[in-house]
Amino acid sequence: MARMRMNQAIAAAIADEMRANPDVVVFGEDVAVAEGPFKTSAGLLAEFGPLRVRDTPIAEMGFMGAAVGAAATGLRPVTEIMFVEFLGVALDQLVTEAAKFNYLSGGTVTVPMVMRASVGAGLGFGCQHSQVMESWMVGSPGLKIVMVSGPHNAYGLTRAAIRDDNPVAVLEPRALYATRGEVTVGVEGIIPLGRAARPASGDDITLVCGGSTVRTCLAASGDADGWTADVIDLQTLQPWDAETVLNSVRRTGRLATVEECPYSGGWGADIVSTVVAEAFGDLQAPPIRLTAPDVHVPFGKELEQRYLPSAEYVATQVGELLATGEAPAHWWERDGALV
Amino acid sequence: MSSEVLARREAVRSDRRARYERMVEIRALEDKVRGLFAEGLVHGTTHTCQGQEAVAVGVAAALRPSDAVCCTYRGHGHAMALGLTPLQVCGEIMGRTVGSIGGVGGSMHLCDMSVGLLPTFAIVGAGVPVAAGAALTAQVRGTDDVAVALFGDGAANIGAFHEGINLAAIWNLPAVFICENNQYGEYSPIATTTPIANIADRAGGYGIPGEVVDGQDADLVFAAVESAAARARSGDGPSLLEMKTYRYAGHSRSDTAPYRPEGEFEEWYQRDPINSFGARLVAEGLLTEGDIDEIAVSTAARVDAAVEECAAAAAPGVASMFENVLV
Repeated sequence: MARMRMNQAIAAAIADEMRANPDVVVFGEDVAVAEGPFKTSAGLLAEFGPLRVRDTPIAEMGFMGAAVGAAATGLRPVTEIMFVEFLGVALDQLVTEAAKFNYLSGGTVTVPMVMRASVGAGLGFGCQHSQVMESWMVGSPGLKIVMVSGPHNAYGLTRAAIRDDNPVAVLEPRALYATRGEVTVGVEGIIPLGRAARPASGDDITLVCGGSTVRTCLAASGDADGWTADVIDLQTLQPWDAETVLNSVRRTGRLATVEECPYSGGWGADIVSTVVAEAFGDLQAPPIRLTAPDVHVPFGKELEQRYLPSAEYVATQVGELLATGEAPAHWWERDGALV
Repeated sequence: MSSEVLARREAVRSDRRARYERMVEIRALEDKVRGLFAEGLVHGTTHTCQGQEAVAVGVAAALRPSDAVCCTYRGHGHAMALGLTPLQVCGEIMGRTVGSIGGVGGSMHLCDMSVGLLPTFAIVGAGVPVAAGAALTAQVRGTDDVAVALFGDGAANIGAFHEGINLAAIWNLPAVFICENNQYGEYSPIATTTPIANIADRAGGYGIPGEVVDGQDADLVFAAVESAAARARSGDGPSLLEMKTYRYAGHSRSDTAPYRPEGEFEEWYQRDPINSFGARLVAEGLLTEGDIDEIAVSTAARVDAAVEECAAAAAPGVASMFENVLV
């Protein structure tokens, strides 16, 4: 075990994989000399040199394509998209090339690349640098999607992503880079993709979360008065761990997904539809989704915090659900909310 | 299959007569394919390369099977020049299990890694940065392989072209970027989309060599690619080659190319890459007029047989839809 910040855990994970496998290379904007704008590649250039650790031009389409070509021919590139919004100009390479190469080669070509990206609101970066954008990738077969929620699983999931033979998108909440925590390092710290974690257990409701909302759920359930929650950190969003979620809901009888993304098209809708179809008879209340509203991420500090689903909001919604047995209104739909 | 593919590749690499025969084979299959679509025997669309055969065989002859090739959806000719059989190509076009990826891809999606052909690209320009990445693998691993991107004139105006070549240039990657300028980007003549006469001139913007090549001459294509590949293998970085060629057919199955000025096709056909290369080999004494006739007849028969075999082959079953999605 080692105590480290989340950005340090990510750099440690990459370094450990680079030591284990000479095919692992790292490139992205300012990841080498500057060690990454969020310091997620600290020490890599010094230890592994400029052949394996490279700065790129500000040209995501180009270097994401290079990652596809490098991965298809034998390397294991780890690329960094500084802000996930920049993936917009490179999306073709991830979802239309990388994710389809195994299929379009009759299974003869694998694309073991990792696309790391910082995601999410909370740092006052404005609406073009504060989104989560899982919805750009969910529903793209052939692509795995990981959401890290702290130093421990950032280390373990990043190592697993680099070892995976599929293209993997690893989404890192920007607001958590400086968060400290205990990390299990070494191969025993590797966390398999496709499996959820249960950072808290309880009996009254299942809170399904990922990325930044894990802390939100833990804070809400930790302070809860009169109820306890099974908190399920999905860790991998695609493919997600339906078995763990269903087993939990069958026991608690209630489900809330807690998502940083806007309500419409959010990943929680998939969770809810599967739970309703598979565990309908076990439900004691309608499943609910706690998300951001369908708006742009506001800039001002108070508005930005209002935008994000908070621990208080989770507690309020869950409390109402438990008290009434009915789905409470979203905060932005309530009388007086927009004054 | 793989040994036959490699043998076909080796033939093109070592024997100019085989290059001639391969061009005839490509033309024969492409003509046949257009016919199959016209008769409604094949589902979907197709993009054929009649008129551009010299580029295909010249490139394949100059590269090694271990070199990586990123090719476009107008790729039947390149695939066959690289060594894929008419059965593999036609099987894929017709969606049969004998196709190069088992019939799940269709006309735009060929692949055979035994001769370096990565999954062909149906997105314009997408293969350019991917070739840079394949060249990165060679550089990091210290091999002397090169990576080649083949793309059309239309791709020279998409961002991936700029980003991919720029990256290859600053990293001094062993890549050769080959533009097949067939005069039309889909339905639009090049002059309406591109403000310069020679795409090769753009090489100067990346500080790399650029060269205009007569893409109707298989010998000149071969020489230019071999030279650019040798430069890349020796660590001197990427090049941009522009092959001036001509697309005899329309953009895709449904396009009859009514936009083409009168007389343009006839003018290009006077320099048909197959006729002129055949005449040269006859003049050099490598082939006789009789050989030319025999090659035409025997190749047509071989291609017809391959098409018949494809037509009789099985289509992939439902299970194939669920295969090779995740590793």
